[in-house]
Amino acid sequence: MSASSAPSLIAQTGDSLREAFGKALSGMADEFSNVVVLDADIAGGTGLHHFRKSHPDRFLQFGIAEQNMMAAAGGLAAVGLLPVVTTFAVFCLRAVEQARLSLAYCRRNAKIVASHPGIDVGPDGGSAQALEDLAAFRAIPGMTVISPADPVEMALATRAILQFDGPVYMRTGRSPARRIFGDDHVFHIGEGRIVCKGRDVTIVACGVEVARALDAAEILAREKISARVVNMATIKPIDSELLARCSRETGAIVTAEDHNIHGGLGGAVAESLAATAPCPIEFVGVRDTFGASGEPDELAAHFGIDAKAIAEAARRAIARKKKRH
Amino acid sequence: MLSAAKAQPQLNLTDSLVETIAAGARFVRRHAIASIYHAGSGHPGGALSSADLFAALFGAELNFWPDNPGDPARDRFVLSKGHAAPALYAIGAYHGFCDPKAALALRKLHSPFQGHPHIGDLPWTESSTGSLGQGFSVALGMAMGLKLQKSQSRVYTMLGDGEMQEGEVWEAAMCAAHHKLDNLCVLVDYNKLQSDDRNDNIMRLEPLAAKWRAFDWAVAEIDGHDIAQILSAFRRVSSTHGRPAIVIAHTIKGKGVPYMENIPHWHGSVKLTRLQAEDALRALGADPREITELLDVSF
Repeated sequence: MSASSAPSLIAQTGDSLREAFGKALSGMADEFSNVVVLDADIAGGTGLHHFRKSHPDRFLQFGIAEQNMMAAAGGLAAVGLLPVVTTFAVFCLRAVEQARLSLAYCRRNAKIVASHPGIDVGPDGGSAQALEDLAAFRAIPGMTVISPADPVEMALATRAILQFDGPVYMRTGRSPARRIFGDDHVFHIGEGRIVCKGRDVTIVACGVEVARALDAAEILAREKISARVVNMATIKPIDSELLARCSRETGAIVTAEDHNIHGGLGGAVAESLAATAPCPIEFVGVRDTFGASGEPDELAAHFGIDAKAIAEAARRAIARKKKRH
Repeated sequence: MLSAAKAQPQLNLTDSLVETIAAGARFVRRHAIASIYHAGSGHPGGALSSADLFAALFGAELNFWPDNPGDPARDRFVLSKGHAAPALYAIGAYHGFCDPKAALALRKLHSPFQGHPHIGDLPWTESSTGSLGQGFSVALGMAMGLKLQKSQSRVYTMLGDGEMQEGEVWEAAMCAAHHKLDNLCVLVDYNKLQSDDRNDNIMRLEPLAAKWRAFDWAVAEIDGHDIAQILSAFRRVSSTHGRPAIVIAHTIKGKGVPYMENIPHWHGSVKLTRLQAEDALRALGADPREITELLDVSF
């Protein structure tokens, strides 16, 4: 995968990841002329209203019927189109089996792009907050799973998944996202990236948790703890090489994700390190429960996935590391 | 070639075309029984009820070229009722997509002829199916994509009656009509039986034709074992401007094997003994030489 330049429709500071995705896809649609967008009456929410406006003839309406939409993407791919299935993450869960059989098992070149993952959804509450999607899609053979961290990375990832041949599940996000990366940022599928240097502990994060991990590193720095932060935007295939290196160099790992602590990024990191370079790992995520209504930052504090919780997990991981020596 | 020769509306249905298709159907029934015998499991009932539909579809309706199975101009067929795979493999073998003897190695490790079709093993099956409802949606996506690309190719898919209890089927039914997919045709193998019992005792489907009419589909209702009726239905539904079409074919589960006909037990995955397989093949008109050829095979 080659490094790619920023798209013509540049995301604005404070854009949500869904807005960034919608603008990026619309901006790339002429270049990727076989892209078709599949929508289930939710384009205003997924950021795809940009594409609907710019390329109405390639915007396919499926109504509120995600199972049919997901499997139909297989048929569209079969005749040479590049389908981008878009809905909320929680409704992707409704069509996991269609993604499994009609996309992944058939090795279709189809992309599933899910907005509104995690408690980042906010006020809509627990029923709307998918905390299981990374686990479900990661368990499907041949499925690539991606969760970019900021609007700049989202635009680069959009190009990358269109260039990549194979089924992909990618998370966007509902709430305004802080811009982390500059215009020189690069994104490659399957590569994690150190975004903050450190030697005492490594915080491995994805999606909206990368910004919180960087805040946690600042909190820890005030305590003279040097925390490394890795943006692990690709959850599958996970960057095992980088993880092993971080384990050996810092001796303690914290994972941070807006997802159940079971089966998502934390699971992927633990599976990888168990086989390569085991070390104490602390998991920051929603602790096997459902979400609730509230503002995203309020919810992050309530469910223990804010910067403070990440910093606390880092202190625990470091303490466990010291006990081992 | 016959397989690429589409029945034209003005064509007189000669006895010879019907007889050619009937020969294909006999091949499908015998081959399916033999492969299920070799597998030690499989669904004979639905393979036998759908054999005439397969034979007519591949013998006179679909445009395809077995020596170039990926030709973009071909018509597509997706077997949504994936458990009828033995019949699909048999008609594929009959028309040169695969070797008839190889296709007897059903449901065996390292054989491409899995219990349900897999495109990764057999590209000409067009999609992996087996989870009911999905093949219909895949076919719908193909029809939608072909229309977008201004292709003249048509898309066919076969559904079981029990399959229509899946909600996804009605999502697709609404969607295909909304998008006016007149290049899409659904065949229903309406044999009235499903895995555990009669449709009526599991989940009633009637009034079935009225449901599809209400969803704004062009509906043909026929005897699915009368080849002339099947061909006539294909001709009618290939000219339904602005609407998708469905052929509801009334069939008999286990058709052609008296001890299986209309008995739900033979829907499910069953093991056929040698005697049962021989009985079935005799009932299907196979002579002793053919029975030996089909059953005395080692893999």
